Amino acid sequence: MSSATARRPRTRGHRAARTTIARREHVAGWGFAFPFLLLFVVFMAGPVLASFAMSFTDLRSADLRDPFGVNPVGLDNYVRLFGDDTFRQAALNTAYFVLVGVPLTMVLGLAAAVGLDAGITRFRTFFRVGYYLPVVTSIVAIAVVWRFVLEPDSGIVNTLLGYVGIEGPSWLTNTTTAMPALIVMTAWRNLGYLMVIFLAGLQAIPRDLYEAAAMDGSGAWSRFRHVTLPLMRPTLLFGGVITGIGYLQFFEEPFVMTKGGPLDTTLSMAFYTYKQFGFGNYSYAAAVSYVLFIAIVVLTLVQFRLLRSKT
Amino acid sequence: MTTSGLASAPPAESRPARRRRAMGGAPEDRGQLWVYAVLAAGLVILVGPFVWMVLGSFKTNAEARQVPPTWLPESPTTENYRQLFTQLDFPQFFFNSTVVAVAITVGNLVFCSMLGYALAKLRFPGKRLVFALVLGMLMVPSMVTFVPLFMLVSQLGMVNSYAGLILPWLAQPLGVFLMRQFILGLPDDLIHAARVDGAGEFRIFARVILPLCGPALATLGILQFLATWNNFLWPLVVAQSEDRYTLPVALALYAIGENNTRYGLLMAGAVVTVLPILLIFVLLQRHFVRGIATTGLK
Repeated sequence: MSSATARRPRTRGHRAARTTIARREHVAGWGFAFPFLLLFVVFMAGPVLASFAMSFTDLRSADLRDPFGVNPVGLDNYVRLFGDDTFRQAALNTAYFVLVGVPLTMVLGLAAAVGLDAGITRFRTFFRVGYYLPVVTSIVAIAVVWRFVLEPDSGIVNTLLGYVGIEGPSWLTNTTTAMPALIVMTAWRNLGYLMVIFLAGLQAIPRDLYEAAAMDGSGAWSRFRHVTLPLMRPTLLFGGVITGIGYLQFFEEPFVMTKGGPLDTTLSMAFYTYKQFGFGNYSYAAAVSYVLFIAIVVLTLVQFRLLRSKT
Repeated sequence: MTTSGLASAPPAESRPARRRRAMGGAPEDRGQLWVYAVLAAGLVILVGPFVWMVLGSFKTNAEARQVPPTWLPESPTTENYRQLFTQLDFPQFFFNSTVVAVAITVGNLVFCSMLGYALAKLRFPGKRLVFALVLGMLMVPSMVTFVPLFMLVSQLGMVNSYAGLILPWLAQPLGVFLMRQFILGLPDDLIHAARVDGAGEFRIFARVILPLCGPALATLGILQFLATWNNFLWPLVVAQSEDRYTLPVALALYAIGENNTRYGLLMAGAVVTVLPILLIFVLLQRHFVRGIATTGLK
């Protein structure tokens, strides 16, 4: 970071001046850092540690008034978690959501990016803005709208299916279709984001490579397979992990659309954290959130590992 | 983070290449038609629900629930909006959302640019540690902090207050990262020259550095405003009475509460929640794309 400034030419006579400047910089540096760090430590770094510490106690909402009623309980909360059927269900639901949702969103995002990058020459901005629209809008508002879109009798999806003679299910109240419906909606919302990320990656691929491949007689698919995909690997990986981190925390969608139902089939880990908080089980909620956090950290580490291994 | 190098490179060099390809000839043009058709179909699917939302907001409740549904409102009415703004407290929610989003955005612009400058251009002990700490918090989900944060805020007596809604989010890591990256690209000589001229450190920051940070500040401001406007979990937890609800909280609670079958009304609520963001986005979409390209984050 500082290497650029540190390598300035130095002459002997200026040493005294340099130390005053250095001291001035130290003071200024901390002066500029202090306001941010104060807020950051109190409201972010502190709570991260507090949450961790809490997860090893039996803290409940009632203890807010009587802090001495809190006892350390070691790993009890975590042990309880793994015997908790609802938690297990929430963890499986979250895994399902991520493992199906991320690849689906990536395929759609990549298809849109390739289409925009290579397939067309006009209206690029127009398409990009349109595809990106859902990304910037509130998930809550989108979830409300989609609840009506998926409404069994008066929604558009089933009406359109009706035109071709298919009787659509009651998407959000059916245990087998509720989660897939949420996944499709989430992919719909996020594909524009990945499209922009992937578009940037595609535009960085040197055109000569395609021309060389074309001259060697390889077709469009083969060029995509052997030039685009390998060169896009870091970008794809990055997009996948960022999307995965977001999807691991899905909360608003079931909150608004299904309340976690039917029969907890759309209950996510984040939603379960919130519910336990609502019941006043603060330490238990903290333990659930830490399991989620660990999943996110693992995913991030995997990304760094994969990026280092082959690129 | 990792894509920043990849992402910021292209437009200048790729445009001529594209034009060359565009002059390809007949078979390619036919291929292009297909791509246009598919992209257009995708666009209809992506924008369709928004159109449905707007149309629905002008339908009476009976029509919004009618089977089979009508596409265009048969007897267009502004009754839903009238109810939102007179019977329900939507002006208040709108006001709350605006206050919270503006305050948090301004806070982040100030604090993040200060720390970003220090990290980019000043040498001070502990700098690496500070940077690592801030970067490390980039991926901490709000789910992890909200329980202790709620306890802290309630100890401070700030539950259900603007302070409680705003204070915890005034300094977030994303902005530091973005500002640092941008300021790193400014020449050091500016700072040295200002020092030689006898300018104080704060003056250098405020008069020399900040005026050059326009694009980065614009990007950060837009991203932060958007994220805060749409934020849900924290206001849901802290705002406990209607006079402190933000739009998403009000909308979500109405949607799952006793109003949950008043479709027209909820659609109108969704329009009010979404519209300011859509306007900002369509007018300033360049900044969004740049923001994502330089940070890789929403």
